Amino acid sequence: MTRLAVWKFASCDGCQLTLLDCEDELLTLAEQVTIAHFLEASSRVLPGPYDLSLVEGSITTAADADRIRQVRAQSRALVTIGACATAGGIQALRNYADVDEFRSIVYARPEYVAALARSTPVAEHVPVDLELRGCPIDKGQLLEVISALLAGRRPNLPDTSTCTECKRRGLVCVMVAGGRACLGPITHAGCGALCPAVGRGCYGCFGPMAGANVPALAAQLRRLGRPAEQVDRLLATFNVAAFEART
Amino acid sequence: MSHRNRQLRVSSLARVEGEGALDVVVTDGRVDSARLQIYEPPRFFEAFLRGRAFTEPVDITARICGICPVAYQTSAWNAIEDACGVEVGAPITALRRLLYCGEWVSSHALHVYLLHAPDFLGLPDVVELARHERAIVERGLRLKRAGNAILEAVGGRAIHPVNPRVGGFHRAPPASELARLVDPLRRALDDALETVRWVAGFDIPDARIDQPLLAAHDPDRYAIERGALVTSTGQYFPAAEFLDHVVEHQVPHSSALHARLDGQHYLTGPLARYTLNGGQLSPLARQAAAAAGLGESCRNPYRSVVVRAVEIVYAIEEALRILAAYEPPRPPALPVEPRAGIGHGVSEAPRGLLYHRYQLDAAGTVMDAVIVPPTAQNQAAIEDDLRDVVARNLDLDDAALTGLCERTIRNYDPCISCATHFLDVRVERR
Repeated sequence: MTRLAVWKFASCDGCQLTLLDCEDELLTLAEQVTIAHFLEASSRVLPGPYDLSLVEGSITTAADADRIRQVRAQSRALVTIGACATAGGIQALRNYADVDEFRSIVYARPEYVAALARSTPVAEHVPVDLELRGCPIDKGQLLEVISALLAGRRPNLPDTSTCTECKRRGLVCVMVAGGRACLGPITHAGCGALCPAVGRGCYGCFGPMAGANVPALAAQLRRLGRPAEQVDRLLATFNVAAFEART
Repeated sequence: MSHRNRQLRVSSLARVEGEGALDVVVTDGRVDSARLQIYEPPRFFEAFLRGRAFTEPVDITARICGICPVAYQTSAWNAIEDACGVEVGAPITALRRLLYCGEWVSSHALHVYLLHAPDFLGLPDVVELARHERAIVERGLRLKRAGNAILEAVGGRAIHPVNPRVGGFHRAPPASELARLVDPLRRALDDALETVRWVAGFDIPDARIDQPLLAAHDPDRYAIERGALVTSTGQYFPAAEFLDHVVEHQVPHSSALHARLDGQHYLTGPLARYTLNGGQLSPLARQAAAAAGLGESCRNPYRSVVVRAVEIVYAIEEALRILAAYEPPRPPALPVEPRAGIGHGVSEAPRGLLYHRYQLDAAGTVMDAVIVPPTAQNQAAIEDDLRDVVARNLDLDDAALTGLCERTIRNYDPCISCATHFLDVRVERR
């Protein structure tokens, strides 16, 4: 039986919780795979190797940089789940600041706290077979990846922008018609255009799509009257490092 | 095997949220130290919140915890609206309480069925439980789904909801959309009552913690989404005075800070809520509690599983009550104009009290942020309990004693991801 492992690095637990949020599918899944390592859900830990490792979280300590190499060595396929593992997460905001200052803001005795200067995606440390985007990931996409692996086929994951999902839902454009700042044109599809559906602009949970033209959208947002610092802040959240790399 | 000198260690605790370790040292038959080590890497939220707009912490702090994002969002908007001098009024408050009830049901169902119940049944996980008792696990998953359905309908997404904002919501869901929640919730209420009966039948060890208790208190109802603070030592104070009573300090073995209430280790969470506010539960929830053997107060950490089950009953009833009277708030959000000042906000996360404090400048930029999560408040009391458990059970072999320590920790539903990030403004320097 396929051996599934779930690993956590610096993160909020939300992406691995997405697996437990598959309430209708969880028991069926548990009949098809052996959950060999999933600390949040089980105190039973089986030794590797593992057929599929789902990795949540970014690499922020020297110990975790070692640990991700061990995970890779034991895993036939390694799939990163979510913005932290795929882009460094919101904690990558430290990459553009002084980590010692951050540490001294939060902790009275910074010397007790181990942290690298940068929060980095898993792919910066080891080869990754597939990256699942989102903050958090989408349940349907997670099930698609696991099903595809079990069936030995390639997962069907859209690589277009949030705009395509928004148009497909027949939503009125929040930017063109509503004048709201929206990252939809440059953001990777996958959520189903959740934010435009509640009348707000996309804030980029799924990170930049391939070929995203970030400067063009930034210029458009400024034309809509958004000050430059507001545009910067909009890009500087859960996928800050990925958007930054494309500006 | 010598029982006089021993070291027990669990390097990665299972069935808790986040990453922690357990370290117990016994020398000459006495407990030297009993530590819940929090080694989860820090993410520095309080540091990077500085310089953000006052509208942003609602989305940003949700990412501290994927299990209780609504708690973070709620304490954030409570604090920011306090700083800006805005009161959102009853219709928006009701919709927020409905959203929060969804999180209580979902998070409590996760803890009761997937994380905690296996301890009482001697099983490693819920998958193993499903092999023997599939119908029970299906009931737990149905409950969890009912909670998530509320989060999705009101919040737009179960994990990190997108619809809430400072001042209210981006969109007020039409009554016809929310009406779809009612029938599944009525079924969920039966499931919740069954859950109380189920957990009441567990073999629950005797135990008692004597630390002071702290909970939010709302004179009008069982506090969830707002309140002042009440303690078992007879204190009553507004959120604005939280930091006058609670002082945090850093310890070497943890990337979370320890908190003390008026100098003492203390506990927040289901036991504190039930003991301090239990009289405000609905008649049905009180009846279920009494039938499950809960008295006026509950200080047995193992029995927290029963309190959580009772709170699921209550949260579902509350959701149904709010839905029965629901009219979409108009407008869905009140305008909030920033002003220079400091605001405080609390709410009751499923695992305990969550405090936020923001200092804004006149343009609404966050100058300073303080977040005190429940597990940081509970950590010292959890370690007291661990020390006591070890001292009373030194005759057990290492494996059994380690297992008992892990159960002790899980009784508190610790969320280690949450506990790892917060700013210490009042440091006890020694």
